[in-house]
Amino acid sequence: MDAHAAKLIGAGLATIALSGVGIGIGNIFGSYLSGALRNPAAAPKLFGNLLLGFALTEAVALYALVVALLLLFAF
Amino acid sequence: MPTGESPLEQFAIKRLVEFHIGGLDVSITNSAVFMLVAIALVTAFMTLGMRRHAMVPGRWQSMVELSYEFIAKMVRDNVGTEGMRYFPFIFTLFMFILFCNLIGLIPFSFTVTSHIIVTFIMAAVVFLGVTVIGFVRHGRHFLSLFVPAGVPIFLLPLIVIIEVLSYLTRPISLSVRLFANMMAGHTMLKVFAGFVVGLGIFLGWLPLAFIVALTALELVIAILQAYVFAILTCIYLNDAINLHH
Repeated sequence: MDAHAAKLIGAGLATIALSGVGIGIGNIFGSYLSGALRNPAAAPKLFGNLLLGFALTEAVALYALVVALLLLFAF
Repeated sequence: MPTGESPLEQFAIKRLVEFHIGGLDVSITNSAVFMLVAIALVTAFMTLGMRRHAMVPGRWQSMVELSYEFIAKMVRDNVGTEGMRYFPFIFTLFMFILFCNLIGLIPFSFTVTSHIIVTFIMAAVVFLGVTVIGFVRHGRHFLSLFVPAGVPIFLLPLIVIIEVLSYLTRPISLSVRLFANMMAGHTMLKVFAGFVVGLGIFLGWLPLAFIVALTALELVIAILQAYVFAILTCIYLNDAINLHH
């Protein structure tokens, strides 16, 4: 296999990380919704934590993007 | 890298005014210009908004007070009243990142925070500052941060190594998070803008509508990432000031 093809395959493989991130983000919003529906009074307090958790999980997806871009352009 | 059509071309740093001091290249680049613009805008926003300092605030003054109280509450909740000494630093950090992110959303402008060196320097300052504060306040005792309470003794060597590693990777994760969010968002917008041109006048409105939605998402992310950077700084500061809470 030539080096360029290996690079492209590696960058594609890096996107597998998105499956875990998808589960994570779904989990965060699902948990928030079930918590907020059980106790609507607590929902506004949880909203800040929801956004924080979402941003932290989303950042993991972007690490995968960084890996993909490094493979494509840096090596 | 071919230029012209690449979605990464928007991140190119260009020298606007060439300056050389000794062997150092200190040219004024588009990055430096947009940093100065961000600082000027933050200063104008704060000082002009508080110029009249009325008892009943107007719309502008309310926004200034809201941003102040938002960060002040965050510092007080996460670090405690002792952390209020460091409030000016965290507030400056938050406003600078927020304005850099928001200015970057204007078409044909430059996003300062989409460069890892800018975010890494900010994260490194936070990391070094927090470490120094921890050692000054607690001395050698600060090292007990790496020894969580209630861990079985045979697990301790492993846990300490993991804790030290996670402490040392903090500046990397803090800087890569902000940089990757900004770079990914702007690259994505550019890729979809390419679809609009490619699909022509009949189908092009589809990705165009998508871009409008994505821009709204990017606006949320710009604010959220400034918030995340500030709150993680608070959490790290809390570790250094109140050991084991």
